[in-house]
Amino acid sequence: MGQKKLLTGNHAIAEAVKIAKPDVIAAYPITPQTPIVEKLAEMTENGELDAKFVRVESEYAALSVILGAISAGARGFTATSSQGLLYMYEVCWWVAGSRLPMVMAIATRAIGAPWNIHGDHNDIIVLRDTGWIIGMVENAQEAFDMTLQAFKVSEEVSLPFAVGLDGFQLTHTAEVVEIRDYELPKRKLLPHTIEPSSKFALNAVTSGIPKLKARHEQAKDLEKAKEIIKEVDKEFPVSYGGLVEEYKLEDADYIVVMMGGWCGDAKDAIDLLRKEGIQIGMLRLRFLRPFPTKEIEKLDGNILVVDRSNSDYRGVLGLEVSAVKNGIKNVITGFGGMELDTQDFVKIFKKFVNNEIKDVEWWYGSAER
Amino acid sequence: MVLLKGNASCQGCPHSIAFKALSYLENPIVLMPAGCSTVIAGLHPNSSLEIPCVHVPFPATPAVSYGLSTGLKKRGIKANVVAWMGDGSVDISYSLLAGSALRNDDIIVIVVDNEAYMNTGVQSSGTTFWKAKTTTSPKGKREERRDVALQMALHRVPYVATASIGYMRDFIKKVKKAGKVEGFRFIHVHCPCPPGWGFESSKTVEIARKAIQCRAWILWEYENKKFRISRISKKAKGDGLKDYLLSQARLRHLSDEDIEEIRRRIEEEWKLLEHLEKL
Repeated sequence: MGQKKLLTGNHAIAEAVKIAKPDVIAAYPITPQTPIVEKLAEMTENGELDAKFVRVESEYAALSVILGAISAGARGFTATSSQGLLYMYEVCWWVAGSRLPMVMAIATRAIGAPWNIHGDHNDIIVLRDTGWIIGMVENAQEAFDMTLQAFKVSEEVSLPFAVGLDGFQLTHTAEVVEIRDYELPKRKLLPHTIEPSSKFALNAVTSGIPKLKARHEQAKDLEKAKEIIKEVDKEFPVSYGGLVEEYKLEDADYIVVMMGGWCGDAKDAIDLLRKEGIQIGMLRLRFLRPFPTKEIEKLDGNILVVDRSNSDYRGVLGLEVSAVKNGIKNVITGFGGMELDTQDFVKIFKKFVNNEIKDVEWWYGSAER
Repeated sequence: MVLLKGNASCQGCPHSIAFKALSYLENPIVLMPAGCSTVIAGLHPNSSLEIPCVHVPFPATPAVSYGLSTGLKKRGIKANVVAWMGDGSVDISYSLLAGSALRNDDIIVIVVDNEAYMNTGVQSSGTTFWKAKTTTSPKGKREERRDVALQMALHRVPYVATASIGYMRDFIKKVKKAGKVEGFRFIHVHCPCPPGWGFESSKTVEIARKAIQCRAWILWEYENKKFRISRISKKAKGDGLKDYLLSQARLRHLSDEDIEEIRRRIEEEWKLLEHLEKL
């Protein structure tokens, strides 16, 4: 058993990064991510962590510095949220396309306009097409665990890894977190590591078929990441179930599919409904990319997807799940820090069980629309 | 030789001349944003450069260069990391460039300035010459021209210089000097572009020299916190401005009045540098 500490989600991530010993950290502050990099700055200044902490002038520069560092074979980390992720978006594609490993924490937050610094998932979902591995945690312990695992998985498949945690709900609330005894292997050098003796150009103009091939290889390796995620999950002191966590699914007629911090409240609601004899369970998505297609395919029951992000009228997870399963219901809610508690989930789930949920429903709770 | 024969540069390309200076650096690695140099460097899997080259997104060059320099340092590997940027890249990465200078990042920035966005077909840039015609300034540029080297020097970095492909010995001397200093080093190289400016491809060096002689481009250095106008520019008399301007299609529309205005602006620049030199 490792040492136990009372940590916010943000500080849990910083503690995990410290164990991973990155060579270079570059970051620009943005709420609600800021405490991650403040803690890491403190650790590097007081010598707890032997990393170069680069104070940059933008998120664009933050990820660009890391892109350079990981090209040179160093281990890199950054963190961001919302507008910051959008600002660095171009570089996100370059990191993935360069087939380089790194870890970035994303304290998920709404995107303007209008301004909002609170939580939803509309930021992290923009990474879907980039080639990044995208994880989403439920609590501070999982934030710690996934961050540590992320370095290993990322370096195994040479793809960057984003660890998502809900802004404020997880980033700014404290839990007891166990600091795991887990040792990461040293970062291995890739054939395309850049050194003065390298005899090639990295990322030169690549047209037609070779470009298709590069993207195809990337997609194949993202698929391969599924197995690696499962292996690393198994060898870890605590196993979460791989790409998904199954909660009371074995005999469930009604299945809710969700991701992130609010799954804890939804699980409480499931427990309450179970007491009433309703056979309901949850498939919690731990990963949005690679998408757990097989785990969803084998679901047997009525499916409700609860989303904290949307694309046109539908929820993003709703769209993703409906690419695998027909006839799902989709609730969209919880934007911009809108809070849902256990009772809200009880209400939503009861409506779902009573077949009163529309195919796509925007949920306002008891608030005025 | 850094740039191999048979590369894709245009006839008379100033960049293909400028690349030669990189062979005077120890352990060079060059980073390139989008621009003419990207095309010159060749198509995957080939490279027309004999040194390692990393292509990066357009605004990212200074930051990626610094990341690479830091990553290598962390691994105990010595290198001269060169951010090889065009004037378009200067415009789009201006905040990253200033951030890099501010941190005194250990990189060499070399700006090969052909005074317009040439790779996309001659559009106006921050350094486009006063009143010059480009495809986005068809009646001539009305904005100022950006003095990026001076702006970098005001970050009090260890080494800044201007250079010209018309005076390679001077340029190479400056590159060598930059290679021996640690921290943020910046060299702004004047690169007259035959198709972009509208002159014969055999006249690249001649035009570059004319620019120095009439002071449309002034060579100077900032080292140990001191400005010094380079010997070549000191010897230049400031003659031949009209000839320099009218030998380029992009400036052939200038009236005598326009030319006088440009002369005044050049004099202001010269006086400022003379003043800085006295400090």
